[in-house]
Amino acid sequence: MHELLVAPTDKPLFLLGNEAIVRGAAEAGVRFVAAYPGTPSSEIIDRFSQLGPEAGIYVEYSVNEKVSMEVACAAAVSGVRSLCAMKHVGLNVAADAFMTLAYVGVKAGMVIVVADDPLLHSSQNEQDSRSYAKMAGIPMLEPATPEEAYRMTLEAFTISEKFGTPCMLRTTTRVNHCRGPVSVGPIARHEKKPGTFVKDPFNLVVIPAVGRKLRLAQIERVKKLQAESEKSAINFTSGKGLLGIITSGVSWLHAQEAVRGLEIESSVRILKLAFTNPCPKALVREFLATVEKVLVVEETEPFLEEAVRIVAQEAKLPVEIAGKGDGLIPRAFELDAVKVKSAISNFFDVPFERPDGIPAPELPQRPPNLCPGCPHRATYYSVKKVFGNEAIYPTDIGCYTLGVLPPLKAADFLICMGSGVSTAGGFSTVLDRPVVAFIGDSTFFHAGIPGLINAVAHGHKILLVILDNGTTAMTGHQPHPGVELTPAGKVEPRVSLEKLVRGCGVQRVAVVNPLQVKKTQEVLTDFKEKMDESGVSVLISKSPCPLYETRMLKKKKKVVFQVGEEPCKPCGRDCLTVLGCPAFSVEASGEGGERVRIDEALCSGCSVCSQICDSIKPKKLP
Amino acid sequence: MRIFFTGVGGQGTLLATRFVGEAALEEGLAVLMSEIHGMAQRGGVVESSVVIGNGLSPTIADGEADIVVAFEPLEAARALPKCNPKSIVITGITPILPFTVTIGQSAYPDRDSLFGMIRPLVSKLLEVDADGIAKSSDAQRSSNVVMIGVLAGTGLLPISRGSWERALKKLLPENLIDQNLRAFESGFKAGFETA
Ligand code: SF4
Ligand code: SF4
Repeated sequence: MHELLVAPTDKPLFLLGNEAIVRGAAEAGVRFVAAYPGTPSSEIIDRFSQLGPEAGIYVEYSVNEKVSMEVACAAAVSGVRSLCAMKHVGLNVAADAFMTLAYVGVKAGMVIVVADDPLLHSSQNEQDSRSYAKMAGIPMLEPATPEEAYRMTLEAFTISEKFGTPCMLRTTTRVNHCRGPVSVGPIARHEKKPGTFVKDPFNLVVIPAVGRKLRLAQIERVKKLQAESEKSAINFTSGKGLLGIITSGVSWLHAQEAVRGLEIESSVRILKLAFTNPCPKALVREFLATVEKVLVVEETEPFLEEAVRIVAQEAKLPVEIAGKGDGLIPRAFELDAVKVKSAISNFFDVPFERPDGIPAPELPQRPPNLCPGCPHRATYYSVKKVFGNEAIYPTDIGCYTLGVLPPLKAADFLICMGSGVSTAGGFSTVLDRPVVAFIGDSTFFHAGIPGLINAVAHGHKILLVILDNGTTAMTGHQPHPGVELTPAGKVEPRVSLEKLVRGCGVQRVAVVNPLQVKKTQEVLTDFKEKMDESGVSVLISKSPCPLYETRMLKKKKKVVFQVGEEPCKPCGRDCLTVLGCPAFSVEASGEGGERVRIDEALCSGCSVCSQICDSIKPKKLP
Repeated sequence: MRIFFTGVGGQGTLLATRFVGEAALEEGLAVLMSEIHGMAQRGGVVESSVVIGNGLSPTIADGEADIVVAFEPLEAARALPKCNPKSIVITGITPILPFTVTIGQSAYPDRDSLFGMIRPLVSKLLEVDADGIAKSSDAQRSSNVVMIGVLAGTGLLPISRGSWERALKKLLPENLIDQNLRAFESGFKAGFETA
């Protein structure tokens, strides 16, 4: 049995926030789950995918977040409880569906998990997605811990079903990737029955006349939701005193620790909000009336703070409010207990001695890097050999974004998933330089296809290199429509990348194995010559991610590469300065001399370096 | 109690952190653990934390770590801002060269001078030959568990021997338990002797 499906005992489970959400949803009888992976939300869909068959839950890795929301809403409209999960920027992709689904609503509970990433641990921005819930007028819950994530997932299904609207569960990295004790309940045996769909086009087909009607209904629904948030037990006050703190999510834990650390527990009252949209205005008003000063503690945008200021203004309360507006609580990046202590000490005028900080010493950086033997490195090597630094390289989101770092330096522009190919079209129109765009296979399926069709339709002079490693490597090797390697061995892909590209109208298409360096460079050179003519060229650079391949095919390493015994030739050191495989290192040899060494344990045996330098030779492993 | 863990992708930092968290839970302590996934896994720095006690934030602010467990010497030094003069640092001694060093962009600092820099700034620095201990306990791949054994052996955490062992058994598949128990045991001894 999957570890997340175990029966409750008197001992809590030690769960990741994401796992707690999975457990909560399983207990709530979710039957349909869809998502595109994205840090910090990925473990939700990964765990569901592991336990789905056993638990009788349909689980799909959708092609992108918009699709995941659409398939999941169809289930919920048919009376089947559903869930979709995405990272914050995934909600941008799904926003079109999201905004109008909020009008149409659902028949069974539907939970939309949105995971924000303050401090941009692995994202391109730190947007605060809470504004989306407000804009759409849907209920939103903000858990602070794995335990709360579990309970609020259950709660979110109840609220969603009661009001016939999707409910947003908004987390942040420190909730998704926090592990804590969770006391779980039983998973009821939910009968597996087909959904039911009642035809009702004048409520379900949003033509303008229907949209107008639903818009008015939505406004009424927000009022009812507001009444619900007023009486919700997940919003609560603790402590007493004339100094107030209003907070939500993980900031609540920072605030609690700060209050305790400053030893002001006896004079501080905390209003901890979790049902944060619609804002429980009456609750906030009552709270504001009992305190003299209020500090709003939240990460990134002043979402609660603005709501609190509105309440104070409407009720003409004399209470003094502080937060982001005064710069006491920083707007950028994550909070921690020390930041909150210093804000509290300032605003409430209590003494605080910062711990004696030890300054960060000057040390060599340790940036993440493409793995040894990563086929992306080989592709970048060949592309840079042929196109040099003159070309512009718009890139996209995945492991291959790491190509931005030296020595590869194969990335010039990036904003979001799919932007590589579309921006390439724009660059090629206004610049008189070659434009070579990169996109991964999974990202291509996710958001690259419209951009490619656009480039074909407008005759943009670009080369698109699809880095096809056969998986969604960056987020943990999830499958996508073109997957060929599965735990059961090699299969025909459901969707062939090459046929898809040709189907988009691209005339010049080639498929190469980037680990064959000479061949790849020949094809690239040929493309370069033809690029003077207008039109799109696509190179599918196809070689599986070695980590994924090893895992799927249980392949054992048979060969590694080593630099020959005689000292290496004095050369341009292409192996280090252009290719830069992390298995290389430089070591002293002879008198003052240096030689390159390959770490046998790290080398994957891809052979690329040996095609660049004659001194590098294979070594068979037993 | 706030324990900060730092290491390099591939060193088993997250599993080791989880081991501490599970052991605290076995002991019936209030515990939260925080980890960072994503980009960090491709040979970058992996940081995580365990906080034991009620009503604490799951992350550790600068200057607030009671204990730092570093699986690599350079990362021990990088974690200094998390420390204060009362902190205890337990560090592995085997350098893993960052890529910036292997391609000759920067130099890896001399290990003794790294430790020499850390020692006077904190209350105690424990240097642990985790790889050596793992090897001599016939548990080559369990250096991370050796490090946790040392942490347990120092007696700094209010966690009993039984809870540590139950947590380890809970975390690992059958076939890996024996070697990791050996690694834990040897680390524990080493930690106990320094305490
Ligand atoms: S996980 Fe795979 S695709 Fe990603 S960097 Fe490593 S080898 Fe390359
Ligand atoms: S063969 Fe060369 S390029 Fe490939 S992994 Fe080994 S050292 Fe790196």
